[in-house]
Parts: sequence; C-alpha cells; structure tokens
Amino acid sequence: MASPNAIALSELPPGFRGVVARVAGGRELAARLAAMGLTAGTEIVVLQNRGYGPMLARVRDTRIALGRGQADMVTVYECESADPRAAARPAATG
Amino acid sequence: MNANPQTLGPLPVPPRPAEARRLVVGLAGQPNVGKSTVFSILTGLSAEVGNWPGRTVERREGSARINGREFHVIDLPGTYSLTSNSEEERIAREFILNERPDVIVMLADAAALERNLYLLAELLLLPIPVVLGVNMVDVARREGVEFDAHVLEAALGLPVVPMVASRNEGVAEVLAAAAAIADGERPFAPDRPEIASAHREVYELVHALVAPFVPAGLPADWAALKLLEGDREVTEKSRQWLPPDAWASVHELLREHEDAVLDVAGARYEWIGRMVRAAVRRPRLGQISFTDRFDRVATHPGWGLALLLAVFGMVFWLTFSVAGPVQGWLEETVVARASAGLAGALAGAPAWLSGILVDGMLAGAGIVVTFVPILFVFFLALGFLEDTGYQSRMAYVMDRFMHRIGLHGKSFLPLFLGFGCNVPAVMGSRVIESRPARLLTIMLTPFVPCSARLLVLAFLVPLFFPAFPALVAWGLVVANLVVLVLIGLLLDRFAFRRERLAFIMEMPLYHVPNPRTILIFAATNVWTFMKRAATIIVVVSMIIWLLVSYPGEHVNDSYLAGFGRMLEPVGALMGLDWRLIVATLSAFVAKENAIAALGIIFGTEGEALGTTLAAAITPAAALAFLVVNMLFVPCVATVAAVRQETRSWGWTAASTGLMLASALLFGTLVYQGAVLLGLGGAGA
Repeated sequence: MASPNAIALSELPPGFRGVVARVAGGRELAARLAAMGLTAGTEIVVLQNRGYGPMLARVRDTRIALGRGQADMVTVYECESADPRAAARPAATG
Repeated sequence: MNANPQTLGPLPVPPRPAEARRLVVGLAGQPNVGKSTVFSILTGLSAEVGNWPGRTVERREGSARINGREFHVIDLPGTYSLTSNSEEERIAREFILNERPDVIVMLADAAALERNLYLLAELLLLPIPVVLGVNMVDVARREGVEFDAHVLEAALGLPVVPMVASRNEGVAEVLAAAAAIADGERPFAPDRPEIASAHREVYELVHALVAPFVPAGLPADWAALKLLEGDREVTEKSRQWLPPDAWASVHELLREHEDAVLDVAGARYEWIGRMVRAAVRRPRLGQISFTDRFDRVATHPGWGLALLLAVFGMVFWLTFSVAGPVQGWLEETVVARASAGLAGALAGAPAWLSGILVDGMLAGAGIVVTFVPILFVFFLALGFLEDTGYQSRMAYVMDRFMHRIGLHGKSFLPLFLGFGCNVPAVMGSRVIESRPARLLTIMLTPFVPCSARLLVLAFLVPLFFPAFPALVAWGLVVANLVVLVLIGLLLDRFAFRRERLAFIMEMPLYHVPNPRTILIFAATNVWTFMKRAATIIVVVSMIIWLLVSYPGEHVNDSYLAGFGRMLEPVGALMGLDWRLIVATLSAFVAKENAIAALGIIFGTEGEALGTTLAAAITPAAALAFLVVNMLFVPCVATVAAVRQETRSWGWTAASTGLMLASALLFGTLVYQGAVLLGLGGAGA
C-alpha cells in the first residue's frame, strides 16, 4: 500500500516475521492498535492466518486477534535482518 | 469559558496529616493484568458493585485495611489507553480528573511490560501520583522474561513493586508504597514521555492556544496532547472552551497534522523502550510457551470448536447436576416450608391477604431464591473461563460465525448460556466492551430458548403430536434459532447500522485460575442480581396473582381470563382462544407455568391433559401456541435482568416489544401456514 514492498498483514502466512510499516484506516483504529502495542516500526509475527475469519499476530509480547477488516489496514515490511530476539522465537500454531 | 485558568505547576503536596487519613486509591490497569484478583484480595466481601454515574459500566469499590491504615479502593475499568474511544476509557480518565483519588495504583503484566507501560505513559500526564505494581512475575519468568524492579524504579522515578497477586505476594507492599507517595514520604518525580521532535512545534502552538481556556483542574498539556491524538471528547469540549478564532487556529493546525497520533504513540513507545531497556532481560529465548502450545488446539477452527463445545457441555452438565438438585431442594424445603409457615401464621387472616402474601409475594421470592444456584454455578463457570484466559479464545473461534449476524465473537458466550437460562446470559453480556454490541446481544438473548421453555416444549409436543414428537420439537428449536438469526440480521442492518465493529482482541497468556477471585466474582454477581431484580419479580408475581385470583373463584372467571377474552380477536389470527392466551400470559412469571396453567384452565392433568388438549385444540393452533410460547415476552426475571444491564426502561420496553411482535408475527404465519396445509381440522 504505502510502499512497494509492504504487504497487507491479512495476506501474510503463519510464521511470517516483519516490521509494521503503517496502520491505515483512520485515527481511531491506529490509536486502538497502538495502545495494544501495534505501531509502525514494531516487530510482528503472524501466529495464525487461514485466509478467512480473524487472524492472530504477536507484537510486543502480546497476542492480538484481528478481524480481516482490521488486518487489511495494517501493512508490514518483510525484514531481512530480523532482530535475533524475534527470530529465535518459534512460530506457534500453523 | 473559564475566567480563572490554572497554570499547571508541580503537584500540590498535601499537608502532612497529624493522623493517618483514609486514602482513596484508584486501581488502574490494562485488561488481563489480574486487577480483579488484587481488588478481591484488598476488599474481599466489603466490595460494593454499582454503576458509574449515568453509565452501564460496573463500578466496584471497597475498603481495605493494611498495617492499620485505611484505604478506599475504586476498581477502574481495564483499559489499554486513556483516549475516548470507549466508554471504559472515558470513565477511567473522568474518575481521575474529577474525583481526584489520592494515588493511582497501576497494575502491569510482567510478561508484556512494554505494552502495559503505554497506559502508564498516559497516566503520568494526569495530575495524580502513580505507583506501579508489576504483576504475574512468575508467569513472565516461565515465559522467559526477567525484570528488575529496582532498575525500573530508578528509570521511571516512581515506586515499582513486583507482585504475584494470585499468591497474595506484593499486594500489601504496593498499597504501602501508594501510602508513602500520598503522604509525601517517598519522592514522586517521574520521567515523563515527551512528544517526538517532528511534532514538538505544533504541540507548543496548540498548547499555547488552548492553555488559557482549559478549565481549572485539567492539565493543559494533557488537553493539547489529546487534541493531537484526535481524541473525540477533548476535541468536542475544546470547541466549547475556546473562543471561535482560537478554535479556528487549533482546528487548522490539527488538520495539517493528522498523522500526529502515530507520532504521539511512537514517542510513548520510544520512551518505554528507554525505561525498560536495562530493567528487562530475556535469559531463555526460543522456548515454546504453554500458551502457544495450547493455542494450537484452542484457536484451531476445528479442534477449537470441538474444545469449546466440550467446555460448554461441562458447564451445562455442572449446572444440571449440581445447581438443579440444589434448586429442587430449595424449592421443597426452604420455599415450601416458608409458605407453609406463612400460611399457618395467616390462618386467621382474610383469604385475600394470605393469598397475596403466600401465593403472590412468597412465590415471587421463591423464584428469586431458586435462581441462586443456577446463577452461582453459571458465574463460577464464567469466572473460571475469564480467569484462565480461555474466554478470549472462544470469542476468537466463534467470531467468524458471529460476525455474519453483526455480532462480536464475544457475544457467543452469553447467547450460548441462554440455552440454560436467559438471566445469566443477559448478565453475561457484560464481557462485551462496546455498548452497541452489548445492547444487540441483550436484545437477542431472550430469543435463545432457555431450559424452562425447552421443558415446556418437551412436555407439550408429545401431547399435541404423539405421532412424531422429536421431529416437531427439533423443528421448533431450529425455527427458533432461525428467527434469532433473522432478528439479529435485521437489528444489525437497521437499528445498529453505524456500529459495525472492529474485532481487535488480546489473547492473554493462560493462567492458573484463582479460586478466591472466582468465588467473589460469582457471589457479587448473584448478590447484585438478587438486590436489583428481586423487587421487580416479587411485585410482578403479586400482580399476576391478583389478576388470576379475582374477581371470580376460578381462573376462568378472573381478570386475566377477561383480558384473554378481550384479546381473542388478536389470538384468532394465531388460532389461540382465550384459554391458550391466558396460559401464555401466566407464563410471564416463569415459563414452566404454562403447563400448570393449561392444567388448571382445562381442569385436567398429566395423561388426561393430553387427551383433553388434543380434542380441544387443532394441530395448527397447537403449533402456533408452541411458537408463541417460545418467542413471547421472556420471563419476568429476564426482563428484570435486561433492565439491570441496560439501565434503561426504554431498552427494556424495546426488548419486550420486539419479542411480543415476533411472537405475533411468527405465531400468525405458522398458524395460517398450517391451516393452508390442512392442519386446521380437529385431532392430530
């Protein structure tokens, strides 16, 4: 959306690690997600995404469930040099 | 506008009291940090449950005595932040700004400290000192997170107390620290987050514009920051506080810097990062936690659903195997004895007096009493699911279904509980944070056929339709659920249209539940229901008794029968004569009364009742009667619960009216359809 290599969170497979690029969808959604730890620049790990229904992701040690509509609003950069701290954590659920 | 603006200086230091005064403590924290456990340890059964003035959110407060010092503790709603996006957030910050507690105790989850400190970053902008309790350090350690309270304390500049509230560790200490801060014995000089340099300038401009007009007691820097965050309430109020030209300038600045909200949040996390950098360590990386392992099952679309059904199976089994017998025992001993005793005592009194007291008032009180075991077991189960963290997984698994009828995944739990009893189901809707979603759930709950209605169905269907009872019974239940979905779609479409909900939910770590928290949760909920609903139930029970007993001796000569006869033209649409109307109306006190009422009106019981009914009522009318009884106004206890939860007679009337209208509509449709199919003749 914002950048050519940023991908919508809703399209990412389980186990994907990246960095949040942008939260679109208005101030209110951005504020709610920010309060739960999801802000631009945060590491994010996709825990579950089946292509339908809500999905699960982890940011700042918090597991967040997001509806598809909300997950569409979050874009993520794939990060090559992922933080070793995050990389060492295995992906849950598949 | 304020003629006497206050410049925001350092916190006013309260004069040192000669005698330790009672301290008012606000207990704040994000959801799932064990706040209710701490609150129940501190206040025990002294806790009082009310509502925040003019709101439907519960307000819990109680007193605690620690080391001879008295504290008044108010449990603030769990919120992730203090922007005005939800009712809870507005309540929490209004409490702090208007009621001015002496000190705030903020609880944080040690396993997700960074996210938790976001709320602290917001609290530190308000003019009340804060003490931080970092709870569940044991769970965090299992998750591979270690934290050093002294280092965090030095960085933040406020007391930090490590806690394991479920084992009562650190609870007294956190209050002692709060007292020390409130008395000025310990310094409170917190490091506060600053706005990022990109928006420093615009912040200063907005601040300068609003500062002279912000009412006394409201920090101007807080108001300026909230404006930049796009906080709806502060924006709305600033429009009133500021003279038009100043507001125009502010508005222009805000419009140019719409992205400021991201920057404000980013700056807070940047500050948090600095605070926790030295204090948090992760010695063991890469382990798979219990939560992740269990979630593979619990959040799986297939297995998760199976687990959920198993859990609900357990809840219902518990209710009927534990609460059922207790309820029966209460009915037989306590209620029956009380009414026998009262009847004996009133032996010399006029018949009307003993009638209204024994068969009206005491019968109503008996209903209230017999609800206790069911409610208690349900709330124990609810508390257990909440305290372990499983509740949010149920919502997650069910969201894809509930979403289609405009409901939140969290609505599933209360709706499902409705099959047992609508009363705890309506009360259980409290788990849903947003008011529109909660109201929609409350409106739909009475459409779930409760066990009493299913009992009526199970009793009457074989009498009316001896040839194929199971088919008819299942057909009716399925049709009932279809109606529920239809009503849900309609309400979502037309009544709650603008409130399309975002599904954003934290999945907390699983916890070993705390029995004390769950017991107190169940006890206070049951007690609150008794207190609030008892009057309505008893009064309605007395009124119904009067209507049934007067002026004639027999029901058939009563006011209710007269009323039923008056309604016959409407009943005719559904094939209901006055007798069936009266049976339906008398079921308002308790749904299972429909059977007894039919028995009294038709003058027979048991097997004979079946023959009498089959002879007197056509299959079409019988079908319509069953439909009407399933959809008709819920029992008085449910209506009382709806009133208690919505805090509004308007919504209570809307709920009752909706049920009534759908009973009329579907009753008529079923009857007319059945007549067309040739079921209008006598005999089944």
